[in-house]
Amino acid sequence: MATPTTESAAAHDEHAHGSHGPKWLQHHFDMPVQQFEAAKLGMWAFLAQEILFFSGLFVAYAVIRQQYPEAFAAGSHQLDKIMGGINTIVLLFSSLTAALSVRSAQLGKKNEVNLYLGITILCAFGFLIIKYFEYSTKIEHGLLPGQYWHPHMEHGHALFPAHTHVFFGVYFMLTGLHGLHVAIGIGILAWIMWRNNRGEFSKDYWTPVDLAALYWHLVDLIWIYLFPLLYLI
Amino acid sequence: MTAQAGATHPTSHDHAHDDADYLRATRGFRSWAMTLDHKRIGIMYLVAVLTAFLAGGIFALIVRTELLWPGRTIVDPDTYNKAFTLHGAIMVFLFIIPSIPAALGNFFLPLMLGAKDVAFPRLNLASFYIYVFGAIFALFSIVTSAVDTGWTFYTPYSTQTGTAVIAMTLGAFILGFSSILTGVNFIATVHKLRAPGLHWKRLPLFVWSIYATSVIQVLATPVLAITLLLLIMERALTLGIFDPRLGGDPVLFQHFFWFYSHPAVYIMILPGMAVVSELIATFSRRKIFGYMFVAMSSVALALLAFLVWAHHMFVAGMSEYAVMVFSGLTFLVAIPSAVKVFNWVATLYKGSVSFESPMLYGLAFIVLFTVGGLTGLPLATIVTDVHLHDTYYVVAHFHYVMVGGTVFGFIGGLHYWWPKMTGKLYNERLAQIAFALVFTGFNVTFFTQFLLGSHGMPRRYYDYLDQYQPLHGFSSFGSYILGVGFVIMLWMFVQSLMRGAKSPPNPWGSAAFEWQTSSPPIAHNFHETPIVTRGPYDYHLATEEELYTGFPEDRVERVTAKTEKEEG
Ligand code: HEM
Ligand SMILES: [Cu+2]
Repeated sequence: MATPTTESAAAHDEHAHGSHGPKWLQHHFDMPVQQFEAAKLGMWAFLAQEILFFSGLFVAYAVIRQQYPEAFAAGSHQLDKIMGGINTIVLLFSSLTAALSVRSAQLGKKNEVNLYLGITILCAFGFLIIKYFEYSTKIEHGLLPGQYWHPHMEHGHALFPAHTHVFFGVYFMLTGLHGLHVAIGIGILAWIMWRNNRGEFSKDYWTPVDLAALYWHLVDLIWIYLFPLLYLI
Repeated sequence: MTAQAGATHPTSHDHAHDDADYLRATRGFRSWAMTLDHKRIGIMYLVAVLTAFLAGGIFALIVRTELLWPGRTIVDPDTYNKAFTLHGAIMVFLFIIPSIPAALGNFFLPLMLGAKDVAFPRLNLASFYIYVFGAIFALFSIVTSAVDTGWTFYTPYSTQTGTAVIAMTLGAFILGFSSILTGVNFIATVHKLRAPGLHWKRLPLFVWSIYATSVIQVLATPVLAITLLLLIMERALTLGIFDPRLGGDPVLFQHFFWFYSHPAVYIMILPGMAVVSELIATFSRRKIFGYMFVAMSSVALALLAFLVWAHHMFVAGMSEYAVMVFSGLTFLVAIPSAVKVFNWVATLYKGSVSFESPMLYGLAFIVLFTVGGLTGLPLATIVTDVHLHDTYYVVAHFHYVMVGGTVFGFIGGLHYWWPKMTGKLYNERLAQIAFALVFTGFNVTFFTQFLLGSHGMPRRYYDYLDQYQPLHGFSSFGSYILGVGFVIMLWMFVQSLMRGAKSPPNPWGSAAFEWQTSSPPIAHNFHETPIVTRGPYDYHLATEEELYTGFPEDRVERVTAKTEKEEG
């Protein structure tokens, strides 16, 4: 390991105060590409963590569904496929606009970035609003987990199979946690938009836009699994 | 190859702040609380985990004192349950998991990579505050009603007990976040911030192990997070996923819990092994025998860690085929573990070994970890496990691994790197006395528990038959010796801080990279990105200057004599 012994004062000066690189290049990186790759790798590791976080719930889903298949079928029939379907489309579309915002950032088109991020955020709100309506119907009908389970159907439907409330436990956990991720996504995207407005990004530096979009794709991806598993079985 | 910059740097130029060591670079509370310097963050973690260790230790002594005699000794059964739960939970979540990676890893990983910092310094600081935040929740649970479930939080009891389960599990959930973010940070750092010339085959073994640990942290911790979240929701909303009264499956909770907590024991032990590899190399002045095997065995352990979780559940009602598969897989873990031990021993053999205090802990690690590992085999064997499950035998086994392994590794590393971190030397004689007490106390405490357990004493019991009293008494006596040892060690470190002699940059004559900068390191670690031209243990390639910079007299003589003997 060689650290130079006799570096000149001038060289040192340059390192300390001089032209280290563009101002978005943090001092502990030598090159922009290194900073970009580190950020990207960190994000992927974080997303792997997110997937494992949800995987616990998917395993719980599988185990409980295998134990109470009728309850799962009955519970699933209470979900609103139309609303769920619309939400799927909303999220898919927002993933597209998120990807477009990255492209615009790479081209250095600041206003377009704003536009696409704005649409993505609107879609996210749309998703949550639809979810809100779905949730309130479930709550009205007493389709809730555990001790809150008091189904009262207007049309006098047949009784639910035993343990249908567990389905709703799983349903609320999965969609609730996913909804939380959507809400966090809104925060992240809004923050990126704010930074974009301040002119922090350019043709040369768009890493944060890229990472935020990656996160958003993951949120979308998880929903793509949730929708068939919960609504379509 | 030249000597490092810090010690011999010309003083002629004017901006001194660049040269100031990290402890003195800036001053004041704010400069620490808001620091982005990985070294300062490492020190803050160090203080935090040592505080946790002290708290956990006090609860341990309460438990041991209560068990001195059958019946009531000092506390009532409720308090006893809370004391062992808090002891376990604090030791696992607040102390042992962050100890080596977050404290020593934060400090030394970038130094060993020749980097100026970790990849994401702000995230690093955030992880620390998340840790503190989680600790506050745990503390909150203690001051409200504590928790009496054991650190495993098994359902259905944990969904029913009236104690502060939510506060404690929320605390553990938050601590998990901190652990994940540290892992993410380290993975990116190891991949992207290595100095030129530092390819994977030249990485210090410490880095390899911390890297493998980070992978486990990122992949296993989220499963614990979701499990604890489900438990919280189970209590709050009665989900019915784990609670059998509602149709849930309590064994599912155990699967989830151990899917994290078994890998977690590798989050604990791999960093211990990381430290020991460095100690063995430095104090036998030799390249680690089978370097690549040792590095790869860390990776193998990290992967195997995910496949064996259900060996904690042989008697929990799994199918017998599952039991057989998990038993078989568990034995596989012995292979990479043995690779490590054999390679360390092979390094010592023919090395010129010196027995300074860090090395004593390193050697103790090998002995105790071997005992801990071998006593794991009867637990992996189904027939014997049925007898030993949930007895003191298990308690002894995991203390040999966790304390004899990780804690000894941590303390050894603390001794070893103390001069680098603080710039001060400590009293070697006191250190050796403390070591003798800790080592003796540890064995008296926990070897006894192997006997207790195989005679049938169940763990976590408040009361016991008279026939167990002698062994219990002996074990408690050992824990007091252990306690005294730790107090002396603490005193020794405090003394070193207050009036320890100034340390030279490389007091052990190590060829490893982190010793090539000044002690304590300058704020930016290196004046310029170093170029690496040899491996960390290539003593034959290291120059005299590198090894001897600023050696205190007696050590120079000793090491020179040793090298001459080797060559002659
Ligand atoms: C200072 C010396 C120590 C003593 C005297 C001690 C003693 C004990 C005792 C008596 C128990 C209760 C056994 C039981 O639960 O059945 C226990 C449990 C435990 N200890 Fe220690 N211990 C010590 C250090 C440590 C350290 C350093 C760690 C971790 C790094 C640790 C981790 C644990 C864990 C995880 C449990 C299980 C708690 C539970 O079952 O809920 N201990 N210890
Ligand atoms: Cu295990």
